[in-house]
Amino acid sequence: MTMSEKQEQTNQNRRQFITFRSGEQEFGADIMVIREIRGWTETTPLPHSPDYVRGVINLRGVVLPVIDLKARLGRGRTDANVKHVIVVVEASHRTIGLLVDAVSDILAVTSAEIQPTPELARDELAAFVEGIAVLDERMVTILSMDRLTASLVSAPMAQAA
Amino acid sequence: MTKVILTVDDSRTMREMLKLALGGAGHTVIQADDGINGVEALQNAGTVDVIITDINMPRMDGFGFIDQVRRDPRNRAIPILVLTTESEPAKKQRARDAGATGWIVKPFDPDKLLAAVRRVAP
Amino acid sequence: MDPMESIKQTFFQECDELLLAMEEGLIAIENGEADDEIINAVFRAVHSIKGGGGAFGFEDLVAFAHVFETVLDNLRSGKLKAGEEAVKVLLRAGDMLADHVAAARGGQPLPQGQDDDVKSELGALSGEPAGHGEEALADFEGLAFTPMRIEVSDTPVETPAKIWRIAFAPHAALYAKANEPYLLMRELATLGKVEVVCDLSKLPALDLVETDQAYFAWTITLETDVAREKVEEVFEFVAGDCELEIALVEPTPPTVESSAGQETHAMACAADNAPIRAAEKKEVPPAASDSAAKQTIRVDLDKVDRLVNLVGELVITQAMLSQRVLECDIPRTSSIGNGLAELEHLMRDLQESVMAIRTQPVKSIFQRMPRLVRELAAQTNKKVRLVIEGEATEVDKTVIERLGEPLTHMIRNAIDHGLETPEERVAAGKPEEGTVTLSAEHRGGRIVIEVSDDGRGINRPRVREKAVERGIISAGANLSDEEIDNLIFMPGFSTASQVSNISGRGVGMDVVRRNIVDLGGRIVIGSAPKQGSRFSLTLPLTLAVLDGMVVAVGDQTFVLPLAHIVESLKPRQKDIHPFGRGRNLLNVRNSYVPLVNTGALLGANGAVDAASGVVILVESQGTGRLALAVDAILGQRQVVIKGFESNYQRIDGIAAATILGNGRVALILDVDGLVSRCRGELSAAELSEFRPTGT
Repeated sequence: MTMSEKQEQTNQNRRQFITFRSGEQEFGADIMVIREIRGWTETTPLPHSPDYVRGVINLRGVVLPVIDLKARLGRGRTDANVKHVIVVVEASHRTIGLLVDAVSDILAVTSAEIQPTPELARDELAAFVEGIAVLDERMVTILSMDRLTASLVSAPMAQAA
Repeated sequence: MTKVILTVDDSRTMREMLKLALGGAGHTVIQADDGINGVEALQNAGTVDVIITDINMPRMDGFGFIDQVRRDPRNRAIPILVLTTESEPAKKQRARDAGATGWIVKPFDPDKLLAAVRRVAP
Repeated sequence: MDPMESIKQTFFQECDELLLAMEEGLIAIENGEADDEIINAVFRAVHSIKGGGGAFGFEDLVAFAHVFETVLDNLRSGKLKAGEEAVKVLLRAGDMLADHVAAARGGQPLPQGQDDDVKSELGALSGEPAGHGEEALADFEGLAFTPMRIEVSDTPVETPAKIWRIAFAPHAALYAKANEPYLLMRELATLGKVEVVCDLSKLPALDLVETDQAYFAWTITLETDVAREKVEEVFEFVAGDCELEIALVEPTPPTVESSAGQETHAMACAADNAPIRAAEKKEVPPAASDSAAKQTIRVDLDKVDRLVNLVGELVITQAMLSQRVLECDIPRTSSIGNGLAELEHLMRDLQESVMAIRTQPVKSIFQRMPRLVRELAAQTNKKVRLVIEGEATEVDKTVIERLGEPLTHMIRNAIDHGLETPEERVAAGKPEEGTVTLSAEHRGGRIVIEVSDDGRGINRPRVREKAVERGIISAGANLSDEEIDNLIFMPGFSTASQVSNISGRGVGMDVVRRNIVDLGGRIVIGSAPKQGSRFSLTLPLTLAVLDGMVVAVGDQTFVLPLAHIVESLKPRQKDIHPFGRGRNLLNVRNSYVPLVNTGALLGANGAVDAASGVVILVESQGTGRLALAVDAILGQRQVVIKGFESNYQRIDGIAAATILGNGRVALILDVDGLVSRCRGELSAAELSEFRPTGT
């Protein structure tokens, strides 16, 4: 790449995203917050936690909470098996795992290409969405991992049995 | 001109302050925490231009250290400054009799420390 | 950080060490066990604190230390004898010095006059009037000229240019002390214009020159406008080792340089130095290193923590590996099996060694106690002797730091409540002086610390009475001596008729017990009326690791901290009784304990009902007992504690997590939390009154 091309790229403020699928939707997260990607393993459930918190797993000695993205967005519980994937994310001073169906690829997107969320789509999703990226015929919902992870603090707890 | 200075003092605080004042002026500082380690450090060092030593130390005190250093004729030309808070003439005299070149009073002013070093070493 | 700030921190760290050495030394002097070296060490400790304190401008500290140091100097030189009264003063002085250091550290000097009493006592011992506080400025007694106050002459009176004539003739001693005339002249040259004439008249023929003799004299003319003191200052180190005369001369044109003199000077100097270097090499005796002294290094705690964590991971991974191998049906006697056994053995050694890095002798905590005992004895007018045993016993740093408070409370209690007054003791046929014993030892992989006294023991009828008064037990309850003793761990319990101002409010034994249990330990009381009491604390060697019981509950595995477990038992259906709203009680040897279906409580599926499984009886400090129904006990092991709260949040009933041999995460239950929640509003009284309806 020439100096001028490089300059042009910087000017356009491109960011890189890892995209993944959950349910029928495609999502993207800034590559800077992704630590690793691993296959699904059985979690140890956490008592009194919301349904989208699947439990914890052992990540090389660290106890990692795993969040079912589909459930977090209010779209039902993932029926997890070995083909599913846990995306390990570090944001808002926490490290958590996100349960998704599969990882797609890496996209480079400029700020210009991210459109704001349409007013119509006001649901669970809205709180964590930075915007929507439209590329060719794909529609990728860009998630803010910071907000998603931070929301765990105030997550409502199920009442004691 | 920067020098190699051996400081011998059992107080960690004092050693750090000496290192700060002397090192800050560009000198190379070697340290020991009592007389016996001081003698060893002197032997192991290539050249030492100035020695600064405390008087009250365990195992071998300042007097013993100076005496030991001066016994070797090769060391007779190394200037030795003693650190003292005691103002008794007897202590100063004893240090001088043992072979001390000069003294510095604690708590020391870094500038005076450096001036004393300049005075005794080329 | 600012380098001086960093050195200041070093200073306070060093003060801690020095104060400790000082106290040890003073106690040895008190016990008549001190030799010269110990007395010297005490002197040096105070001397060093004074020296460092001066550098940071802690005037009150320095003033006090100076008076203290003077007395100690007399002691070490034999001028003062360490009689009983003198030693008491020294001990008080030591305490006062510690107070000064603490005040300096906190940035607030002690109130004016607080140390006056001790100061005058010290003054009396040294024969000097108190208030001798000012740090003596540099004195130059024994010098050829008048003493200079260097601080004062910082801004000397500048005089118009003067000419000084300096006659300077060094003695041999000057050279022997490595003083160099050339350097002195160089320094004079910084003051003004200098001309030097060398007098060689005393120089003999070269072959008669002796290398250690002095032959030269100089006449130096100095034209300068600085004050006389500054000129004298140049010679301060060598005065006494030379002939020196400094005279003022009328301003005259400078004398003609004698080039011949200069050359000879340079040559002679060379001749002077060379022979010295060529002198026969004498054997310098090798430095006798004290092999008995232990070598230590200072390490950042972060580095040690990282090492401990890594080893913890290693242990887990090794356990997982062993498990996987077993699952593959590889026999233990095969080469793989043997290799694994060897690995496990090495891992255990490694873990022990690494844990040992973080351990420290309990001495650091125990050493605070003598002073505490002295103060308490004075406050309560009792005579107390403190015996310390096993202070070299090593405990993890994290545990040590949290031991201080409980130990302090227990010693306060022992002296305040346990020991009788001297009169009472004599009347009871005991020695006037009460004894409090503080001991530590390793026992069965744990640390056992005991605080015992030879006082009046626990007043059981009184304790029982108080407990009934407070509704903790019912009037008719049948309690063993041991159970009565343990009542003192109930919150708010104090049998003192008035809350003593020493033990104060809210520092009852319940707080002590909570602290110990928080550390994963237990506390047990033993007492015999009129003979005394003993508190035994058992603590784990480290906080990173927990002794736990692994249990199966439905489809999950949990870990219960052993420290909270009383016993496990197989319940019979007929021992289970309904109680109130959907609760059950379990009859355990005729006392009733709330029975909890752990699976239901924690959301585990498929747990068996209580009568088919096992019940673990757990206990929480003062709050009471709970019977946890689980499916089965899987084993007992040491587990490495892992947090999850930083990545998630607090969960009721769960203390932490750990990783089992199969690589899965298991949750460690928070017994205190569970007990408080499940017992809820039930009081011990309610429970003790429960009678089953029918059978």
